[in-house]
Amino acid sequence: MTAHEVTEQIAAGQLSAQEATEACLSRIEAVEGQVNSFVTVTPQHAREQAAQADQKIAAGEASNTLTGVAIGIKEVMCTEGLPSTCSSKMLESFVPPYDATVVECSRDALLPMVGKTNMDEFAMGSSTENSAFQVTRNPWNLDCVPGGSSGGSAAAVAAGEAFVALGSDTGGSIRQPAALCGIVGLKPTYGRVSRYGLIAYASSLDQIGPLTKDVTDCALVMNLISGHDPLDATSAEVPVPDYTQHLTGSVDGLKAGVPVQLLGEGIDPQVRDCVQAAIDQLQDMGLECEEVQMPHIDYSLPVYYIIAPAECSSNLARFDGVRYGYRTPTETDDINELFSHTRAEGFGPEVRLRIMLGTYTLSAGYYDAYYLKALKVRTLIKRDFDQAFAKYDVLLSPTSPTVAFKIGERADDPLAMKLADICTIPVNLAGIPAISIPCGFVEGLPVGLQIMAGPFAEEKILQVAYAYEQANNWHKQRPAL
Amino acid sequence: MAEISPEEVQHVADLARLALPPEELARVGRELNRILVYFQELQELNTDDVAITSHAVAMENVYREDSSRPSLPVEEVIANAPDSAEVFFRVPRIVDK
Amino acid sequence: MAFAPCIGLEVHVELDTESKMFCQCRNEFGAAPNSRCCPVCLGLPGSLPVPNRKAVEYVIRTGLALDCQVAERCRFARKNYFYPDLPKNFQISQYDEPLTYGGHFHLQVNGQQKRIRIRRAHLEEDTGKNIHLPDGRSLVDYNRCGIPLMEIVTEPDFSSPEECRVYLTELRAILRYIEVSTANMEEGVMRAEPTVNLIDSDTGEATPMVEIKNLNSIKSVYEAVKYEIQRHWRCLESGEEMYQETRLWDEQNSLTATMRRKESADDYMYFPEPDLVPLVPEHEWIEEIRASLPELPSALRQRLVERYELPEYGAEVITADRDTAVYYEQIVEAGADPKAASNWLMGDVMGYLNEQSLEIADLKVAPEQLAELLALIESNTISGKIAKDVFVKMAETGQSAQEVVKAEGLQQISDESELGRLVDEAIAKNPKAVEDFKSGKERALGAMVGYIMGQTRGQANPQLVNQMLREKLGQM
Repeated sequence: MTAHEVTEQIAAGQLSAQEATEACLSRIEAVEGQVNSFVTVTPQHAREQAAQADQKIAAGEASNTLTGVAIGIKEVMCTEGLPSTCSSKMLESFVPPYDATVVECSRDALLPMVGKTNMDEFAMGSSTENSAFQVTRNPWNLDCVPGGSSGGSAAAVAAGEAFVALGSDTGGSIRQPAALCGIVGLKPTYGRVSRYGLIAYASSLDQIGPLTKDVTDCALVMNLISGHDPLDATSAEVPVPDYTQHLTGSVDGLKAGVPVQLLGEGIDPQVRDCVQAAIDQLQDMGLECEEVQMPHIDYSLPVYYIIAPAECSSNLARFDGVRYGYRTPTETDDINELFSHTRAEGFGPEVRLRIMLGTYTLSAGYYDAYYLKALKVRTLIKRDFDQAFAKYDVLLSPTSPTVAFKIGERADDPLAMKLADICTIPVNLAGIPAISIPCGFVEGLPVGLQIMAGPFAEEKILQVAYAYEQANNWHKQRPAL
Repeated sequence: MAEISPEEVQHVADLARLALPPEELARVGRELNRILVYFQELQELNTDDVAITSHAVAMENVYREDSSRPSLPVEEVIANAPDSAEVFFRVPRIVDK
Repeated sequence: MAFAPCIGLEVHVELDTESKMFCQCRNEFGAAPNSRCCPVCLGLPGSLPVPNRKAVEYVIRTGLALDCQVAERCRFARKNYFYPDLPKNFQISQYDEPLTYGGHFHLQVNGQQKRIRIRRAHLEEDTGKNIHLPDGRSLVDYNRCGIPLMEIVTEPDFSSPEECRVYLTELRAILRYIEVSTANMEEGVMRAEPTVNLIDSDTGEATPMVEIKNLNSIKSVYEAVKYEIQRHWRCLESGEEMYQETRLWDEQNSLTATMRRKESADDYMYFPEPDLVPLVPEHEWIEEIRASLPELPSALRQRLVERYELPEYGAEVITADRDTAVYYEQIVEAGADPKAASNWLMGDVMGYLNEQSLEIADLKVAPEQLAELLALIESNTISGKIAKDVFVKMAETGQSAQEVVKAEGLQQISDESELGRLVDEAIAKNPKAVEDFKSGKERALGAMVGYIMGQTRGQANPQLVNQMLREKLGQM
């Protein structure tokens, strides 16, 4: 069931929030052993909130359309009194004394939280294999990865363990797992959703967004979490529209660009065919589509792999075994040894590598050649997008160059793994919003279509996505679990 | 650009406070060198007159007013501490800055 | 050799805001350990900083007072280093784009004018505090963490410890005048770190630069700089090797000792703080701040010297603190003689405040009331000596001079018939003194004056008593 179906049935008195939540909890009981979406399942918490939701609904005091709809929240978001581990040994014991702003929104609106979802450690990865605790499996094929880093959130929604979920996206971490799990995932404009309480990977790129079964649910979650937050100095004071108002089913009068750089080499031919078919279909529906050159997009990967690790090396410096989290058992009377052992033992290999890379590019003598250069090329990439959006309402591309790959297949090839993000990374660098929606299957595995728009034009994305979704039934397919 | 030497890798590990065993230092050194080659692509681009983008969405002058509110209770402040003594965090000997 | 000392000063000042720099915890000295902390200043995962506008205003205010330029656009940067008093293991500071820069400062040292260049005044956050235990371990208290901290850096333009002393005294006065900080060095609100070396301006040869820490008063800065210059001279002469290093001032033994050698430059891996957006101070805001600046101590001092003909020293003492200077001008405006007012202020008033550990703002005697007291002396209603007691009574009770004098019956006795009676009595009761006086011993008069003062509890008008005694004795 989708979230809006749940709310419709609750409104019609056919279903209670508690029943809907119990359905998720039994589903978790049934499939979690295979899928491993959650690091922590929180049935008691969910039941309490569902009961409260039913009271509010009965009293006609529900504060949000989604009141009573069970949600999964990625481990990267702080939840007061509940573990928030970032799927890292480093934070295995960490219980935050505060809620992330989005978690507060969700709590206030009484969305029963059924659990905290698994992820690549500190959101670094594209397969969720980098979790320190467990490997999450793709509900469509349990031998395959769910994508990442929000793999737990994507798998939970695809497997029916939660109606909706929140993820975070630094280089594609919402969209790519959404694509690989056959669901909808939106990375909002940088500043659209508060980052307060989101454990930072790369502050200038991170953004929280929804993972849902369809576009309507995506719009509903966006209505819940969007808006200015005085606790986040990078959060924008741009008015939030009612996103559901833009789900018209029409693409009339809209123009789309198809960046040739994102449909060329490196894209699996079968994926390309699926995406091309979706583009052709949209064109038939009245969306004016044409190819567009965005030459600087080709430099996105090196720019990303300079900026993100640099910010990460600084953001993750705070994990030192003094105030919270893991501390080395090694007896030492030297504070620097305490730091060095704690950090080497508490972080996994991918996190250590990125910290090393970021420290190197920020260190004396290399800053100008790497970090500064990357920030300048970022400007060029952003300009390509500015120019494109001067002409087009949206841009279209594949979300992921391939469908879900086998667990362990790319573990020894970090560079190949990083190529999984070539279509999604430019979007984070430009700070713009983009969605991934299902647009077909290759050998039984879902393919995602990425729709991008200019800053704070999420409603255009949702309009086009909804129109495409209504003309197809990809989103109604469910994995056989 | 020259390859990163093992000494440099060790220096970076020291800066990052990561006590890495020799085999990982070697692995990380290899990885870094692979990645850095890849970064060379950026040197193709002339960026002499290009401003930096540190934030994709341009904003400026975000402040809050100077008002206070209660802090966390001390118990919550030290609740997550791996080692504490009464109301303090406790650490081994600190080598002076 | 033409070696000469080259000293620069880096001063850190905690700003006197209500809340911390990036969170809403109270900015407060002396609270229970770790009781002024929240997710932001503890650097908890996921927390984000939001800058305090007042702190930005205070740095601009200081920059303007030091003739600095205010940046059209600037950023915060992260200064990355690991230390347990730094919860994020980076400090939010400013690097290549300080909020204010390029100022200067005029010093008066031994009657000579000297211009000191101010490199920059920027904004950052303070760190926590470590407490070292006897067993070698340390405790950490993060209350101080995140308090807005201003860093004011000069060029190495000082050439003597005295110049440093004058600069710091003046800077402290300015910070208090413009009300951005209590600038108290003993409490660590203001901290100074000098860099010292000797440079031969002919050859460019120089001794290694030394940074001195652990200075908690202006006097210790003076002593440490003096010691360090002498040490450099000694090493130059003896050929002893010197190092670029940080040295700690040992107050007890009056010497500096190596704390840490700097083999290579520290690598702080600065980069623009991605959680904060650029600061672009609006022109109107800067002008508003400029217009609100009070008269600064040097200008005020000059005005006092010119208008009231105060000596330099007196003007310096009175303007050391803005409240005192304002108080002084109010006494004079209420009609007191400028000279008498300054003598009283520097003498009895400051003496009383010191004794009671009070600030002038706490004084119960309003400037107008002090002027009234001075007027009573002027009109011979009370003697200068009695006035001292009257002042203390006023300060204790908040009563006016008139009220105290009346209540205590302290009016000076100038009534000639009453005094005449007392003069007769004094002569009658002190035959020995009369004898002595007549034989030319001037000092013998004192015994008779003393007798009258004793009889009147000091209220007799001393000039009149003197005069009448002489007249009477002359007639005898």
